[in-house]
Amino acid sequence: MSTTAEQQLSTKHLLGIKELTREDIQLILDTAENFKDILNRPIKKVPSLRDITIANVFFENSTRTKLSFELAQKRLSADIINFASASSSVNKGETLIDTVNNILSMKVDIIVMRHPYAGAGVFLSRHVDARIVNAGDGAHEHPTQALLDAFSIRQKFGEVAGKKVAIIGDILHSRVALSNILCLQKLGAEVMVCGPTTLIPKYASSLGVKVEHNLRKALEWCDVANMLRIQLERQDIAYFPSLREYVMLYGVNKAILDSLDKEITIMHPGPINRGVELTSDVADSDHSIILEQVENGVAVRMAVLYLLAGRRSLEN
Amino acid sequence: MKQSILLGGAKFQITLKRLAQQLIENHEDFSDTVMIGIQPRGTYLAKRLQQEIKDISGVRVAAGKLDITFYRDDFRHKGAAPLLANSTVIDFIVEEKNVILVDDVLWTGRTIRAAIDALQAFGRPGSVELLVLVDRRFSRQIPIQPDYIGIQIDSIDSQKVIVRWKETDKKDEVELISDSQV
Repeated sequence: MSTTAEQQLSTKHLLGIKELTREDIQLILDTAENFKDILNRPIKKVPSLRDITIANVFFENSTRTKLSFELAQKRLSADIINFASASSSVNKGETLIDTVNNILSMKVDIIVMRHPYAGAGVFLSRHVDARIVNAGDGAHEHPTQALLDAFSIRQKFGEVAGKKVAIIGDILHSRVALSNILCLQKLGAEVMVCGPTTLIPKYASSLGVKVEHNLRKALEWCDVANMLRIQLERQDIAYFPSLREYVMLYGVNKAILDSLDKEITIMHPGPINRGVELTSDVADSDHSIILEQVENGVAVRMAVLYLLAGRRSLEN
Repeated sequence: MKQSILLGGAKFQITLKRLAQQLIENHEDFSDTVMIGIQPRGTYLAKRLQQEIKDISGVRVAAGKLDITFYRDDFRHKGAAPLLANSTVIDFIVEEKNVILVDDVLWTGRTIRAAIDALQAFGRPGSVELLVLVDRRFSRQIPIQPDYIGIQIDSIDSQKVIVRWKETDKKDEVELISDSQV
């Protein structure tokens, strides 16, 4: 029963796409394929992680990601505890390491964490003895979102390699953008970022992506447009004159899609600001795979948790 | 390393035919019976038996594939089966059907335990039977016994049993491999 070339993740944690190899990403997507199949069965649950306890530690608001992780954990039969910083001792001055070590002393194996500061997951992984899954750290990375985006593209087109993906909107404040760029590039796709100069980070071209400031040109170039939300809550200064002007220059509507001489696929990590980056007739059209992305999110997160828990060095 | 062929050539074909006959004897027209091969290696046997039954009685038995990776009780142990799963294809209704689970080798019984568990996710079968080509008897860790057996062999844990199929390995045979020390 021994295996040839043991297939497992090369990392102990999922901190970012940066730490993953192409093979890791493929393994996660292939495994997610199997979990997606399970999610379509009458009984959508497998007993794989019945001896694993997972803590969802969210220092920042989230609905979709948190629900998706929770559902993934339940489908894998893991025991879960939820922690939201708003109702916790963090408000009494407890440090991150103390908070997490207290959770771990209750015998927790995996921590899924969202944190407003970039690098919080990396920091934690050096100081505590548990698997860490980054569910978003500041404007740094959001690896499971990038994985589910890649999975959705693969599902739509058969493969990611060779596809042209434009990431449009607020690149500067977006953790989804960075993770997506890294993930798509590792899988062999071409990536472009598009948005107003002020919302494109200066280092963008050093990531090997095309930079475009004209929405129409970006749409004409791409197979897939991944629309990002304008993160007003992260914008400490005004990055563009008015929301109305932004919508006129960077909002995608039915008219502009119809005027292209090809069909492109529209993605969005959510939550959508309807009428800003996307109009409703685009978000709800056949072009959009936004709800598929949400559905795929559960399968991809199941794959990540299963593969991290299944790493053979976890021997008890 | 010592190798010996336990089953091959004409005898292999006779064994397959006998298993098919036994299934026909018990299930007649197979109207309420389905066959499910356990991934990966049990699926070849299920496919062969499906063909044999068709040749003998003209009936095409519904056959599917079941992957049990996510139902294993040992997936975090060293030397366990791979983490990556195979596909599951069950495009028929299992509820109230007589299910014949098919695998190439029965050893500890843990795979079959997981398979029964996995099967429940598709409904409640009327009955479940087990067919194996090779039964490594006296090595069970769980009280599971086959209903149909190709050959029964006595082996020790350090030995390996390999079933080869024409489709993937060029010929049909069952081989026993032992370390030279034993």
